[in-house]
Amino acid sequence: MTTTTPRTPLDTPVTRRSFVAWSAAAGGAAAAVGTGARLGLLPLTPARAATGGDGPRQVWSACMVNCGSRCPVLLTVEDGQITRVDSDPTGGDDLELPQIRACVRGRAIRQRVHNPDRLKHPMRRVGPRGSGEFERISWDEAFDAVAEALRSTIDRYGNEAVYLNYGTGVLGATVACSWPPAATGVARLMNLLGGYLNHYSDYSTAQITTAYPFHYGEWVSGNSFDDLVNSQLVVLFGNNPHETRMSGGGELFVTTRAKQASQVRTIVIDPRQSETAVTLADEWVPIRPNTDAALVAGLAHVMISEDLQDQAFLDRYCVGFDEDHLPDGAAPGSSYRSYVLGRGPDGTPKTPDWAAAITGVPAGTITRLAREIAGAKPCSINQGWGPQRHSNGENSARAVFTLAAMIGQIGVPGGGTGGREAAYSMATAAFPTLKNPVSTEVSVFNWTDAIYRHDEMTALSDGVRGADRLTAPIRFIWQYAGNALVNQHADINRTAEILSEPDDLTIVVIDHQMTVSARYADILLPDASTPEQVDLAQQGSAGALGYLVLADRAIEPMWECRPVYDILTGVAERMGVADEFTEGRSQEDWVREVLAETRKLTPAVPDFETFRRQGIYKEMSPDGPVVPLADFRADPEANPLSTPSGKIEIYSAALQEIADTWELPEGDRVTALPEYVESREGPEDPLRERYPLQLIGHHYKSRTHSTYGNVPWLQEAHPQEMWINPADAADRDVRSGDTVDVVNDRGRVRIVARVTPRIAPGVVSIPQGAWFAPDADGVDLGGSVNTLTSLHPSPLAKGNAQHTNLVEVTRT
Amino acid sequence: MAQQLGFWIDQQYCTGCKACQVACKDKHDLPLGVTWRRVVEYSGGSWSTDPAAGTFAPNVFTYYTSISCNHCDDPICVAVCPTTAMHKGADGIVSVDPAKCVGCRFCEWACPYSAPQFDPTAGVMTKCDLCADELAEGRDPACVAACPSRVLHYGEIADLRAEHGDRADVAPLPDPSITRPNLVITPHRHAEPTDAGTGTITNPEEI
Repeated sequence: MTTTTPRTPLDTPVTRRSFVAWSAAAGGAAAAVGTGARLGLLPLTPARAATGGDGPRQVWSACMVNCGSRCPVLLTVEDGQITRVDSDPTGGDDLELPQIRACVRGRAIRQRVHNPDRLKHPMRRVGPRGSGEFERISWDEAFDAVAEALRSTIDRYGNEAVYLNYGTGVLGATVACSWPPAATGVARLMNLLGGYLNHYSDYSTAQITTAYPFHYGEWVSGNSFDDLVNSQLVVLFGNNPHETRMSGGGELFVTTRAKQASQVRTIVIDPRQSETAVTLADEWVPIRPNTDAALVAGLAHVMISEDLQDQAFLDRYCVGFDEDHLPDGAAPGSSYRSYVLGRGPDGTPKTPDWAAAITGVPAGTITRLAREIAGAKPCSINQGWGPQRHSNGENSARAVFTLAAMIGQIGVPGGGTGGREAAYSMATAAFPTLKNPVSTEVSVFNWTDAIYRHDEMTALSDGVRGADRLTAPIRFIWQYAGNALVNQHADINRTAEILSEPDDLTIVVIDHQMTVSARYADILLPDASTPEQVDLAQQGSAGALGYLVLADRAIEPMWECRPVYDILTGVAERMGVADEFTEGRSQEDWVREVLAETRKLTPAVPDFETFRRQGIYKEMSPDGPVVPLADFRADPEANPLSTPSGKIEIYSAALQEIADTWELPEGDRVTALPEYVESREGPEDPLRERYPLQLIGHHYKSRTHSTYGNVPWLQEAHPQEMWINPADAADRDVRSGDTVDVVNDRGRVRIVARVTPRIAPGVVSIPQGAWFAPDADGVDLGGSVNTLTSLHPSPLAKGNAQHTNLVEVTRT
Repeated sequence: MAQQLGFWIDQQYCTGCKACQVACKDKHDLPLGVTWRRVVEYSGGSWSTDPAAGTFAPNVFTYYTSISCNHCDDPICVAVCPTTAMHKGADGIVSVDPAKCVGCRFCEWACPYSAPQFDPTAGVMTKCDLCADELAEGRDPACVAACPSRVLHYGEIADLRAEHGDRADVAPLPDPSITRPNLVITPHRHAEPTDAGTGTITNPEEI
């Protein structure tokens, strides 16, 4: 055994003197940036100064981005500008109807609204695609251009050539809703024009979304987090609510209060010592990325060897755990038990030593964890979505589900399904978007392939759904409130190349910031931000709390910006479907309509005028914590799952069928069991000789994915830095604050290193979502992790494996 | 009786999110580089590795401390100020009078908590005034009202100490005997004592 002590940026003991050094560093920064660092921000007027004009007033709005929450924000407005942001002052500090305090991002919303990157006018591309060279055009010219391109695309290729790309920049809105694509105004418009090519699953959850039906029949969440008080042990596989669910009325708050109340022992399994590991965990178990299924197999080996599993649960509720419970037609030796004990085709017992070598978790720790997990009743096994965002993520997701089954803690208070936490949700109505006449779908991730090789893409080769094959290339892309056109997709350099190629491709971007994706637009339409329009914000994930926010128009749309509904109405007029699109209603009329429909479902929701004054409506779940599969647990015969067997399918015959029939690229595997599968750019890949470090991209506190990525206060609070373990840094002569290059065959990122013991040896992490900013040599100075990620999709979901990457790091 | 307000931080559950910092900047319209409330990340420990087995195990700790001005009983910033611009009011709040401040930055150098911050535009020192205007209207300071985890509080320091103890000697904070800060910390379970810490400030560029 060797022990390495991290080298530190400040070697002196921390005394008053070094705290003065801290002081000097802060003062130096102040002197260095000065006023020029505002970078053209609009002047910020004092929040409560007496002014002329209309005087200060407070208006309710909301922060509606893709973080799982929809925080209310109370905006002070003076002379058409937001001058201050407060969060929800209603409610208290316990879990019963609490204040929903916006996180650091929502608190900075005025620097997002009043931002130099705001789009001001409709624009048309004049330089090469992606060059960022545009000319200003009028709205009439813009509508004509969009309509003409739409018509010519549909005439030439059919509606399947029109694609709605993923976008979550306005999540939880009703009329301005940007996700899922089928729920957007863009979908409503396209459905009136013959439909569009849709996609299935999403960038957050592609692998687990696809794995779920095979295992549980459908998506099944874990118990809601307010139920943690009922657990004896909580095991979080890559679940990190304190960075991914940061609202002070959402899961961060729920988990904090649950831990304070119960002090339930909590184990966090994560390559990083996440903020959740800092605050909630009693034990942090670092693991090599990509290897969660191997850890589960090692745990299972201990449990089976010591007969610790809940055999009665497995026998009654599951298929495929042992040879006696395999479906007809399954080959002998294909049970999970056989796999774990080395009696399956690979002949390898999945001992703690075997798992240790793969995962990095010491064998003794695996044995101890297995005994502890099996002995705690009830025990909550819970996974976030990092473990599944891998090249073998479908199997990792199912392995964690299987662990929950092995301890028999599914469908009971204090337990969990192995899925991510559920939350209470009120019944609400939605903006009607009509039916898509086109049934064909691609995966959320392989749409770029449909631009240049659609004729090769079939159900068996590329996961095409709703049809056997694609019949048209993508030639028109709507990108509303999204950055997955480029920045949040993978392999940005290759993606940009794909987008640059077809002359007859049209990209229409609707956004209010000059995002990386907006730079690639052919026609750029300036959207109004949330505080510039009225909408109904539909509840976030908050334990047993449900809420709605009436997000009012706090300020008028700036410059020539228009709300997306008005933009789409303009296109609808050109396409001759305006009456059908609007049904004679304005955006506010639709909000009133949806609210009226919602009140039929949830009568306690206030009427529009009352709601406009009160801003927020909250209610608690009448049934307490959400415990999914409680009915199945109580009576599996009366309440079967929608799997073929009606049970939890640890062995899936349907997956075996796919394994036998799909045309998979060399090295890709689909397996009937949740086996650990070695994969390209996993820890065993010989490519590690050139690129020895595993690269992941954690969610960062300053951004929701790429949203808020251009907000100065947030960039200052949480600078973009790559995390590297002290041992790996020492090997490369890298110190905290050094600028390093992170390199693989796909690209080069230049970024500041943060040397920290908070990440496992052999692993580096670039916080995902920073904005790609290539220099003249193509080096990404913006620090976007997707400069380095791969377009190779995962085997089953055809999903984004954005945490499976190998790189090398060198000092510049 | 004399009032003295102070802050209480429950360090265990601070996620280092900096909602407090940004809410402060929003409330007071602070430019980049002028940050009245800052959050220090303090981290340390070591890793054990077993190259033969291919395994690693951490003995690593991390915790955060959100700090603005502690409105100290012995405010060293006041003591070093050559113009009397820096002063402690009857309410115990330490403030700077911009009309008297000449921007010499002695207070910035002296304060072990980096509370006084130089505004290069105005050419004077600025600092946390405990949101005196909010307090006057019965509201919480902006930072306290913002904390998503409800770990940052304020109140009468005597009450806070009666309820939560009198610890403020947590690394990397300085020895509280220097300025007698009106600050109470409920330490993180891994918190180390002042002057005996084995970790380091791991986000020096952020503070």
